[in-house]
Amino acid sequence: MGGATLTVGSSSPEVSLENILHHPKGRDLLTCIQCGLCAGTCPYGEVMAYPPRRIIAMLRAGMMERVLASESLLACVACYSCMAKCPRNIQLTEVLLPLVKEQVFLNLSQLPAELHKALDNTLRYGNPMAESPRKRAAWIKTVDVPVRILAEDPRPVDVLWFVECQNSYHPRGQDISRATAKLFHVLGIDFAILGNEEKCAGECARLLGVTGLFETLMDYNMAIFSKYHFKRIVTSGAHAYDAFTHQYAAAGFTYAAEHTTPFFAAYLEQLKPHLTHKLPYAVTYHDSCCLGRHNGFYEQPRSLLRAIPGVKLLEMPHNRINAICCGGGGGGMWLDTYYKAKGYERLSERRVKEAVATGADVIAVSCPYEISRFEDALKVLGYEKKMIVRDVVELLSEAMEV
Amino acid sequence: MSAEYWVVVEHWKGQVSQITYEALALGREVADQLGASLCAVLLGHNARELAATLGKADSVVYADDPLLSEVVAETYAEALVQLLKERKPKGIIFPLTNITLGAGTLLGARLNLPVVNFCTDIQFANEAVEARCVLYGGKIESRVAAEGEPIIFGLWPGARPAEKGLSDRRPPIEEFAVNLPAPAIHLKKFIEPEAGDVDITQQEILVAVGRGIQSQENLHLAETLAKQLRGAVCASRPVIDQGWLPLSRQVGKSGATVKPKLYLALGISGAPEHTEGMKASALIVAVNTDRSAPIFNIAQYGIVADVLEVLPALSEAIESRKGVSSHA
Amino acid sequence: MNIVVVLRMVPDVVEELEIAPDGKSLDLEFGRMVLSESDDHALEQALLIKERMGGTVTAVALEAPEVDEVLFSALAKGADRTLKITGPKEGVTTREAAHIIAQVIASEPGLRGADLVLTGTQAINDLDGLMAPLLSQELSLPFLGIVTGLLPDFATRIASATKEYPRGVRAEFEVALPAVFGIQAAEKPPRYVPVAKVRAVMKSQKIDCVPSAGMEEPGLSLLQVLEITKPEPSAHSEILEGSVQQAACALCGILAERGLL
Repeated sequence: MGGATLTVGSSSPEVSLENILHHPKGRDLLTCIQCGLCAGTCPYGEVMAYPPRRIIAMLRAGMMERVLASESLLACVACYSCMAKCPRNIQLTEVLLPLVKEQVFLNLSQLPAELHKALDNTLRYGNPMAESPRKRAAWIKTVDVPVRILAEDPRPVDVLWFVECQNSYHPRGQDISRATAKLFHVLGIDFAILGNEEKCAGECARLLGVTGLFETLMDYNMAIFSKYHFKRIVTSGAHAYDAFTHQYAAAGFTYAAEHTTPFFAAYLEQLKPHLTHKLPYAVTYHDSCCLGRHNGFYEQPRSLLRAIPGVKLLEMPHNRINAICCGGGGGGMWLDTYYKAKGYERLSERRVKEAVATGADVIAVSCPYEISRFEDALKVLGYEKKMIVRDVVELLSEAMEV
Repeated sequence: MSAEYWVVVEHWKGQVSQITYEALALGREVADQLGASLCAVLLGHNARELAATLGKADSVVYADDPLLSEVVAETYAEALVQLLKERKPKGIIFPLTNITLGAGTLLGARLNLPVVNFCTDIQFANEAVEARCVLYGGKIESRVAAEGEPIIFGLWPGARPAEKGLSDRRPPIEEFAVNLPAPAIHLKKFIEPEAGDVDITQQEILVAVGRGIQSQENLHLAETLAKQLRGAVCASRPVIDQGWLPLSRQVGKSGATVKPKLYLALGISGAPEHTEGMKASALIVAVNTDRSAPIFNIAQYGIVADVLEVLPALSEAIESRKGVSSHA
Repeated sequence: MNIVVVLRMVPDVVEELEIAPDGKSLDLEFGRMVLSESDDHALEQALLIKERMGGTVTAVALEAPEVDEVLFSALAKGADRTLKITGPKEGVTTREAAHIIAQVIASEPGLRGADLVLTGTQAINDLDGLMAPLLSQELSLPFLGIVTGLLPDFATRIASATKEYPRGVRAEFEVALPAVFGIQAAEKPPRYVPVAKVRAVMKSQKIDCVPSAGMEEPGLSLLQVLEITKPEPSAHSEILEGSVQQAACALCGILAERGLL
């Protein structure tokens, strides 16, 4: 579809590709020095026809139609590599890329089927998996410790634990939720969940440029939050953490928001006496994009892991700011078939090869997408006997078992 | 005139469909219960010899017309309307498949007769006939009564074993003349599927292979079984990733969502990413060496064994069974 | 080509279906309604035909929970007009619905002269009949169901329609227009429409309404649902034990019993 036009997609067109160069949020684009660090560090750089550098050049030259007619932006997994490395600190992943992706989607004749389904499901059921919203809290029946649901007991609470979609419905996600509940309990934290009232925080939709969906979810979640009294939100979802910390302020979000990993790291001294069971694992920690590059939480998960008796920490060559994304962000979670058809290597497989090469037994993660993506990659590459995937909280919980 | 129950014969490309025999088996039970005679209604053109296999019925009524050589719902309905001027059955069992879909509804609408779709059984409670139906994709079962006669039952496949509708007896054939108006619909031609061009979402039976198939060389075992069952082979993502089957055969989160009548999950562990694409299948049978594989949580039946042993054993068992039945 | 698309809302089976206290119907208080899957395809097929040949697409639906969203979404996808029939009693059967909808199609200006009436081939609650043949009977129009390809020709007033048969076989039919088609699948999957676009349409366009008063005919169904139940789910498979040969034989028996062999 040549001659792709800028259509009004966002329902709050405060910033759009038409005005971005003059808008405070986008003026920094004018400071781009075209160095190409973004293109060089992009994990899909070799297939990205329009990395941020070229997008900015085209934008400044008024030639955006070519960018919008290209499908290569679909390969962007919103890993924040370009933004983290940009010497001008331009808000690439945060602001520019979602705006461009929004227009790319509007100009596509057909959305890849799996992505289309995931977006429709998120709008309709509050999760991308087409699971019934009324079963979102079903997992709490399988956990040994009491988990309060605010709708049933709306008394004020210290921590509102925003569980997140994968951790509510996916069997491996539920393992993480059980471990998390156990940790809250052991630390004596006063916590509660929204249960069936919880819906996706919408960050992946926002990164994809599907702003209508993001705003619908944000409005919904803010309305639910306002029903209850809590001091802080702690979430297991790395993307949800980003949504609350960086985006929801626009809707009036003023609560303190934390992600479970740094949250538990702050309680390390109280946790240590409970970590009695030795785990003789060589563990390599995978820095998730949201927690790591975007928010700088590199040492907290490592300090938790080092506190587990028996654990030996090994670093992958690409660690901390250089970590290789698992490929699930920015819609990548639902574009596997699309990438496969194009012949792209799966980022999760690339990362797993690096993890296995360290000689570690365990790859430790802290973002819900990573568990299923890395377990899948291990199976495909035939490494499932060599290495297992565990969330940091799972390892902590395992170290607490008698 | 004694009471009558009808089974509308479904036939296609010169053969009586399996569902017709299932309908005859059910119709026989119902007719016997009522002390009625079972009549197979055969509509077609130059199709008289098909009546020979319908001996489970007491008699066959055959209407021949060139306009009945292609199955067009309106023409079928009109022929039955004319037949119903002469005869008054208590019920009409109408197979509910792609071939005749809509004809039963049309007949009911034209003559203001009750139509009950998705029937899996016909039962009697205190002399009154009750249809048993499945609705909402099998999630709800219902008991339904009807006002008026004849009741048109839209019969779902699998109500009775087809074998029970077979008979060696050659039934008497009564010819019936129909006068059919030219329809506004004409069949121009059939289009056979190209080899390899399979839409797995349209298949009724799927033989799904996972990593348990171990290598591309073993795929032929699955192909053989699929052919025997008149289904198609599909796969979970790891098999497609290896390139052993094309992307069009992938089932799951990253592939197609299928709802066949039978899904045979062979050597598939049952990860959520796969089951998402097939859990709505009517009947799921799983084969896996791991008794604790999650696939067994959604399959109705399971065999804990090596796929590479089960496949040939299953093919053999089906072959020996087919020797019993002389009808394809 | 002037096309009328008939859309119906059905209970969403992703949710647990609950049975109402009377034991004869679904409790829809917590259940949700969703557009019937093949009706979505019928809408897509209509939009594809309009894009190719020009004309208008009007989506018609009976009032039901969540139908407004579906109709606004149809407008956002490219339908020219949406018509909601208000006031039918709750729990209307397919046959009763067809009777009301047919009268609206026959009487409403703009719908009367439709060249094509499209709807899904079958819905999950079509207990007493299928919508497409019922409409064809009411409107005295020809009908073809299980259609996966539709090419109308304005000049000759004939549509070439592809119907699906078992095992991937298809047949090409010629149908004189105007006619009713039961669509199984559109030529392309139903298009994506961004939430933002639907929200914009909700502000700028409206759904036309027409009352169903006088058009209803209760008792058309001639059926009485005595009871509905949920089949017992089993938590785990029944494992066929024994040797491989024994298990294979047992499985054969099960398949034969279900008419799958």
